[in-house]
Amino acid sequence: MTKNQTSDSVRPIASRRRFLRDGGALMGGALAGSLAGGEAVAAEPGAENLPPNVPEWMKSPGDPMGSQLYGTPSPFEKNVVKNIPKNLKQYISASGRTPLQDLDGIITPNGLFYERHHGGVPTIDPAQHRLMLHGLVDRPLIFTMDDIRRFPSQSRIHFLECSGNPVYTKPYGKTASDLVGLLSCAEWTGVSLKLVLQEAGLQAGAKWVIAEGADAAALTRSVPIEKCLDDAMLVYSQNGERLRPQQGYPLRLLLPGFEGNMNVKWLRRLRVAAEPTYSREETSKYTDLMPDGTAREFTFYMEAKSIITRPSGGQRLDMPGFREITGIAWSGHGKIKRVDISVDDGKSWQEAELQEPVLTRALTRFRLPWHWDGKPAVIQSRATDETGYVQPTLAELLGVRGNNHFYHNNAIWPWLIAADGEVTNAAA
Amino acid sequence: MRPRDAGIAALALLALASASQAQAPSHYGIGRPATPAEIAGWNIDIDRDGNNLPSGSGSVAQGHEIFDAQCSACHGAKGEGGLGDQLVGGQGTLATAKPVRTVGSYWPYATTLFDYIRRAMPQNAPQSLSNEEVYAVSAYVLNLNGLLPADATLDAAKLKTIKMPNRGMFVGDPRPDVKNPACMSGC
Repeated sequence: MTKNQTSDSVRPIASRRRFLRDGGALMGGALAGSLAGGEAVAAEPGAENLPPNVPEWMKSPGDPMGSQLYGTPSPFEKNVVKNIPKNLKQYISASGRTPLQDLDGIITPNGLFYERHHGGVPTIDPAQHRLMLHGLVDRPLIFTMDDIRRFPSQSRIHFLECSGNPVYTKPYGKTASDLVGLLSCAEWTGVSLKLVLQEAGLQAGAKWVIAEGADAAALTRSVPIEKCLDDAMLVYSQNGERLRPQQGYPLRLLLPGFEGNMNVKWLRRLRVAAEPTYSREETSKYTDLMPDGTAREFTFYMEAKSIITRPSGGQRLDMPGFREITGIAWSGHGKIKRVDISVDDGKSWQEAELQEPVLTRALTRFRLPWHWDGKPAVIQSRATDETGYVQPTLAELLGVRGNNHFYHNNAIWPWLIAADGEVTNAAA
Repeated sequence: MRPRDAGIAALALLALASASQAQAPSHYGIGRPATPAEIAGWNIDIDRDGNNLPSGSGSVAQGHEIFDAQCSACHGAKGEGGLGDQLVGGQGTLATAKPVRTVGSYWPYATTLFDYIRRAMPQNAPQSLSNEEVYAVSAYVLNLNGLLPADATLDAAKLKTIKMPNRGMFVGDPRPDVKNPACMSGC
């Protein structure tokens, strides 16, 4: 354990000791006060820090500069962490979710970005990492990371979402994170893939680019050349710092709006080809089974979707009154055009306010002021993107795709607010 | 600066000078040539036609031994699944309420079996099997699914000829396939 971590963990303990020491006297005082005043005043924990008293953290200097060389959240936020399913069969090929209901804005902190790995997280020395570009090109090339960073760079904000987010069948998740937490959004910095392909010179017949990761799964996906020459990027930084190992350090492919699995991490090889490679991932896994036994293949785009993150499952409204309803919307096909919200179980809908900036293939934050009257209510959001596509209901999706579809579930998800304020999944 | 880089940079400067105004070069002179040997060492892609399959062969019997030692702990003694995916069975279930997606019931191409086993299996030691061992394990998994006789030996030519039962069942992406009328009131 480092000195910095020690400092973090000791402070709350010290505070708790002070509370235990002072709490008895305070409780006694509060009791006396309530007897004298004739009204019941509950003694709040930590009341010695509340008005009219001077808080303890103003009475002595805080941590010195340099006590944390890489900043971490307040110890009081220790429960805001990745949502890792318990009791999985194994954790080498597994996923961890972003706690969407605990976040604001549209940018996911790097430490809370969702993860999906098929062979664990490799530890790669960037000095020993190489990107090989070969196949239907005039000049097969090998790049170091320094080489990649010499290309003209660009930064763009895009979401990334796993296509199995969530599956179509019960049990449905309890929280927004359980349901659609395989979703995050970041500012990505790297080089346009088009520039790198042009460096090697595309040959006639180049229709696909096969991307391979340097992980223990050597994960492989085929990407149509149109996407590679459009907005695809080779990314080395995320929210201003180098990629996290869980996100593909030192280099990943980013295909804005395409299912997460195609955004190959730890990218080591690009092979330009006339045909897809028909890898295990793109044949036996990320294909969508229909009720008649056929399966859709190469289903790349993530369609428009939204979810209310506050109030949402697992939260509790402590009293009736004003509540802001807020959440996030996104579409693999471009910008979010509008989000409608229903607070009466889908009988009527009203348009939410969209927070600027509204960006292509990025999360968009929406808001609606609301007054909760204390009666049971079902609230839900419905996104429309710039193509005019409207987010469907789960029933509409199941009606076309059936229960076996597994991937690309972009259903509207309603939350039930009970009379006691408890919020649960209305479809569960 | 490496010699190739220097040469290309010089060419780019000449091009810029003759154009008399700043333009993006057609290429930047970044990176170095990849040699055929380097490409051969890294390119382990096998496509659906079996292009790039290596020489060598392996028998169902050899694959059975390797499977018992290195695969069955996760995939079950007969490929019935466990910690790892179920590999065998499920044929005829895809259009039912409980579809079972296995190599035999779902995978469209047998060549993908070689590609995937070689690059990613066994999970605790990927790329540790020889090409012969990969052919052998592929042969055994195909045999467990009734797609190869017990006395068979698998090589590149043989693997290319195997037609998987679910081969014709994959279709393109028809989305958007679901319409929400976006009712606003009285819904």
